[in-house]
Amino acid sequence: MTSDLATAAILASQFLLLLGMGMAIVRMVRGPRAQDRVLALDALSIDGMLLLLTIGIRTGSILYVEAGLIIAVLGFAATAAFAKFLLRGEVIE
Amino acid sequence: MGIAASAAGPEALAWIVRMMPYGWISTAILLLPFTVALATPLIGRGNRRRTTWLMTGTAGVCLVLATLLFPAIADGEVLRQTFAWAPGLGLEFTLRVDGLTWLFLILVSGIGLLVGIYATYYMPPEYPLVRFFSLLLGFMGAMLGIVLSGNVIQLVFFWELTSLFSFLLIGYWHHGKSARDAARTALIVTVTGGLCLLAGVLVLAHITGSYDVDAILAAGGRIRASPLYLPALVLILLGAFTKSAQVPFHFWLPQAMSAPTPVSAYLHSATMVKAGVFLLLRFWPVLAGTEPWFWIVGGVGLATMLVGAWAATFQHDMKAILAYSTISHLGLITMLAGLGSTLGVVAAIFHTVNHATFKASMFMAVGAVDHETGTRDLRRLGGLRHVMPITATLAVIAGAAMAGVPLLNGFLSKEMFFAVALGANHGLVLDTLTVLVAVAAAALGVTYSLRLVGGAFFGPLRHDYPREPHEPPRWMRFPIGILALACLAVGIFPAWVVGPLLRAAALSVLGPQLPPYNLALWHGLTMPMLMSVIAFVAGCVLYVLGRRRIAARDDAPLIGWTSALHGFERVLAFLTTTLPDLQQRVFPSRKLQVQLLLVVLLAGVFGFLAVQPPPAPVAMHGMHVDPAFALLWLLGIACAIGAATQAKFQRMAALILTAGTGLVVCITFVWLSAPDLAVTQLVVESITTVLLLLGLRWLPKRIRELAPLSPVARYHRVRDAVVAIGIGVGLASLAYAVMNHLVADSASRFYLEQALPGGGGRNVVNVILVDFRAMDTLGEITVLSVVALTVFALLWRFRPAAESIGAPRARGSTPGQAEPHTDRDPRAWADQLAIPGFLILLIAPVIALFALHLFLRGHDLPGGGFVAGISVTMTLIVLYMAAGARWVEARLKVAPARWIGAGLLLAIASGLAAVVLGDPFLTAYHGHWTLPVLGDVPYNSALLFDFGVFAVVSGASALMLVVLAHQSLRRVVPAPDAVRDAGEAES
Repeated sequence: MTSDLATAAILASQFLLLLGMGMAIVRMVRGPRAQDRVLALDALSIDGMLLLLTIGIRTGSILYVEAGLIIAVLGFAATAAFAKFLLRGEVIE
Repeated sequence: MGIAASAAGPEALAWIVRMMPYGWISTAILLLPFTVALATPLIGRGNRRRTTWLMTGTAGVCLVLATLLFPAIADGEVLRQTFAWAPGLGLEFTLRVDGLTWLFLILVSGIGLLVGIYATYYMPPEYPLVRFFSLLLGFMGAMLGIVLSGNVIQLVFFWELTSLFSFLLIGYWHHGKSARDAARTALIVTVTGGLCLLAGVLVLAHITGSYDVDAILAAGGRIRASPLYLPALVLILLGAFTKSAQVPFHFWLPQAMSAPTPVSAYLHSATMVKAGVFLLLRFWPVLAGTEPWFWIVGGVGLATMLVGAWAATFQHDMKAILAYSTISHLGLITMLAGLGSTLGVVAAIFHTVNHATFKASMFMAVGAVDHETGTRDLRRLGGLRHVMPITATLAVIAGAAMAGVPLLNGFLSKEMFFAVALGANHGLVLDTLTVLVAVAAAALGVTYSLRLVGGAFFGPLRHDYPREPHEPPRWMRFPIGILALACLAVGIFPAWVVGPLLRAAALSVLGPQLPPYNLALWHGLTMPMLMSVIAFVAGCVLYVLGRRRIAARDDAPLIGWTSALHGFERVLAFLTTTLPDLQQRVFPSRKLQVQLLLVVLLAGVFGFLAVQPPPAPVAMHGMHVDPAFALLWLLGIACAIGAATQAKFQRMAALILTAGTGLVVCITFVWLSAPDLAVTQLVVESITTVLLLLGLRWLPKRIRELAPLSPVARYHRVRDAVVAIGIGVGLASLAYAVMNHLVADSASRFYLEQALPGGGGRNVVNVILVDFRAMDTLGEITVLSVVALTVFALLWRFRPAAESIGAPRARGSTPGQAEPHTDRDPRAWADQLAIPGFLILLIAPVIALFALHLFLRGHDLPGGGFVAGISVTMTLIVLYMAAGARWVEARLKVAPARWIGAGLLLAIASGLAAVVLGDPFLTAYHGHWTLPVLGDVPYNSALLFDFGVFAVVSGASALMLVVLAHQSLRRVVPAPDAVRDAGEAES
């Protein structure tokens, strides 16, 4: 993981992911509909997960990748809860 | 026992004393009741006979063990057994047995045995005996703990424990309001007294420099000479007087008669109320003999004796008579201890034993009457000797002992009491007063005893009883008979029956000052004898002349208008209503903003004072900042500010933005090489979002038709903004200062270096949590459990605001799209979420497996009980969301309260295991086993503790989740069947 090409690629991908997160945040603030905001949060967590993967690749540590895995496993819960809230007005019924 | 021992010869006795494992015996006496109390619900459930055997067997074994101790303490020796408790604080757990302790050991275990037998037949079959006997055994252990304590802190601990068990036992029939009120009153009075006692013994310990009872007893002169003597005395006496129901704290005892009669017989006449007397006698050598002692103890005792006897005379409820009579006799004992003469101490001890025997048997006889006839009102009773001849005979014996009739034990201690009263010489008027009050109280004692026994058992038989009375079961009469026999035996052969034990007990209090006294039935024609005769005749005359007038009255004359109970209730009302109202007027706490502002400002002021003078500014380290990292942070800041701006009206947007901020924080943790923090934080973030969303639905809606902002509101906004910005800047600079303040030799280095060799784990955070600072973690999970239960208690009867009650509307529907289903038809819901729901059901087990993985590897790699517990709750949450609360609860046993309880117990048990093995509480063991197939397997006992943490965390978060989830179920929702029926009817 120490070749120049890999380093550059990781750096570039990190910036691009951060750019994506920024876009998502813009959507989260501006809306206009609640659905847009929820979708933006989902996008944000996907970008975050990928960002964690790039950090893992850069440092070569499996633990960082695992933190990304947690987002993958649990991140959907918030999205699902919001979706249910919007559809039904109630998260648990 | 003493007679047998002396017959065996001194050498044999000395040999027995040498060979007995006495320390082991006293430890067993203390531990046995508590152990069985815990085991009873497990072993005895649903089996009355087995439960009875557990109770009586335990009391019997304690009685036998206590008896074995006698040769070792018969001549004033003290047996001590010490265990390390908190050596750093100079505290040792000491079990101390001397003559006085021994006497109480016999009383507590012996009467416990009899009450156990009695209660089996007394308690109605529909009430489970398990809870009753479990509590009774717990009380017995606590009471034995008080008398065995060789350390004053330990004494106060067991003292408060008896108050607690008394509370639970008085309120045993908790469906009755009177029982609940009585239990609460008793608890407040006795526990407040216990707090005073704690303060008192702390002052004593401060004077003597030791918590040890023997060290305090040896420092009598120093204590009495100290300027702190008076405060210590008053505080300790407050403890003793509240427990022993002395005026003006006596009002809780008559109320406590709402308890089942076995409890009244055991706790509220024979043992617990004697704890105050025990305390007076225990510290008699160091506290007595001064002017304040004489005036306070003697005066209060005198007043209590008279008031109790007077009030008892005018009661109609048989148990109330006995309660006031108990108060009167306790006053008598207190007064005997207060007079300061050594003969008074002997008489006090003697009367303690006598009162316990005749009053307990009297209570049981009254309980038998209540049990058979269904009433305790003397005005409705009469002539029971025709149908209950044996009970009547026993009651006559016990009642005669209570009245002080010759040939019974009550007579002897009364004679001794008169002798002490006559021997007092503190001043002419006072001495005469003491003698007069003594005779008056004795005469009233004769009167109420006659009313009690005569009113219930004599006269014509009545035929209007709620139940048809007949003789109670044999085993219910047996304990009464044993105690009545004891009254007779002590009364006729006092020197043989109680001589040795009275001597041992008095010797342990008085030592070489033991006065000569003569335990004999007949002392000749003396002054005390004359007083006895006067009292007896006066009592009989009062009964014959006054009984009709007494029966017609509803309250006691002279003192009927005043009631200590009303005073107590007024104090309570002041503390719970008037005072808070006053506070609210000073600090208007109806508005949360004002409170918050005050708290924040106070914190700011103190924080500012703490950094005065300001520390020298730290030079900025030349730090390389990764541009990507900086960008990440900018995004996080944007999210946070966005959340703040949206928080007021767009709550959901604010929540989403907060979730974004949380994500950025987690990524930051990873970036700065703290994966364990990141793992925990990620799980916490996801659960927080869902829980907040659950609560969001109940917040009030925005009111749009508000008037334009007034100048006051504008001022408030500006003020709040200034405060908020100030606090933010303060916190930021604080964080900055801390991070730039490099500590050379920090605690963290110790933990980093010691985690693997000392704790057997590589995950330093987890090792700290479950091993190094396990005590803190135990405290934290306890607090967490309390919080979860509080949230549950607050929410499970929660009535939401009127506008939130209706069925929630679905939000954010787009024009052009089909209107979402707004009815509560479950099929519509299933249609909408069919695919996501199915996917969630598939992934839920994966989350659970992941939780297990996090838990098992927690000691070495990121994970542990906390994060695993939260993950399990996440599994539950997604299941609840996908399938609905009813579906989940029909298939999974969700019992979070049990998880919490089991987790706490496991955590404590894993810590106690270390104590059993001889190490301090919560020591963890780790090492390696070499197994045949698996090879080298590491083990760590901290895993058990961590499992406790896991259970508590998952239980606590699941409890809060469930109670929130059930909010939506509580609205009237048509059952699925009803919906289907309606649909079919339409089509």
